[in-house]
Amino acid sequence: MAVVKEQDVVPFRNRVREYAVKIKMGLVNQTKLITAASELVRNMLRYANGGKIRIEIVTKGRDNGIRLTFADTGPGISNIDLAMKDGYSTGKSLGLGLPGAKRLVNEFNIQTETGKGTTVTIIKWSNG
Amino acid sequence: MDKIPILKMGSFLLVTIQVDLYDRLALNLEADLIRMVDKTGAKGVLIDISAVNIVDSFMGRILGNIASMSRILDAQTVVVGMQPAVAITLVELGLPLNGVRTALNVEKGMALLQSMIPPGSGDEEITEDDHISV
Ligand SMILES: Nc1ncnc2c1ncn2[C@@H]1O[C@H](COP(=O)(O)OP(=O)(O)OP(=O)(O)O)[C@@H](O)[C@H]1O
Ligand SMILES: [Mg+2]
Repeated sequence: MAVVKEQDVVPFRNRVREYAVKIKMGLVNQTKLITAASELVRNMLRYANGGKIRIEIVTKGRDNGIRLTFADTGPGISNIDLAMKDGYSTGKSLGLGLPGAKRLVNEFNIQTETGKGTTVTIIKWSNG
Repeated sequence: MDKIPILKMGSFLLVTIQVDLYDRLALNLEADLIRMVDKTGAKGVLIDISAVNIVDSFMGRILGNIASMSRILDAQTVVVGMQPAVAITLVELGLPLNGVRTALNVEKGMALLQSMIPPGSGDEEITEDDHISV
């Protein structure tokens, strides 16, 4: 789904919640996943003027999970190591979004190219 | 529609957040609350977030702002009813809720506020609203 404005955030979070409930993810993991998603969607809106998000159910052995892919065509992140550090922000903020989101999920992958955009993929396993 | 009601109870302000806040709504609440604290001289602010499923860094920051700005205006802030899953998530996210006191529920929050306020500084006789008969 496309996310271009602030009012898209709550419906998006509800969609993620529906998927998580569908695979019977526990409440704490649901909350972690949605909070991580909230951080990433906020970054997308703030630094890249929005982008697209894909929500998928994935399977590994007996465990199900949710994979979220956040793709934007914004400015990209020039120093990714720095951006992943707690407390680093170019937006005069807390700089918690990326490192915090990473802590809240099981798999976290970020690809970015300056001038082209950023794609973040996260997976939260139902029992992870 | 785009407003969270703020209730005045004696020298406290009570806010119950019943919807998932999007950013504009949260920012409005912050501004409204600060204005109310200033206008009414309230000594305490109680924010009930028991219906809130997600507190991300943005929302956390708003709560922190409300607390620190209220403190400047000489009012204490207590957040009540945080869901356990939300609390666990906040710790892992790494968000410090600086200066935000928490309590289990509204009653306990009220008691905490009462205990934080030095005696004689609030208008204890006023209970329901701001009508004062002289
Ligand atoms: N999608 C994006 N496009 C371009 N830059 C980004 C993107 N996401 C993050 N960044 C950059 O990475 C930095 C770190 O992001 P992070 O979410 O960790 O912190 P923040 O957004 O600055 O603060 P917080 O999330 O705590 O409010 C940002 O300040 C910004 O410079
Ligand atoms: Mg961020």
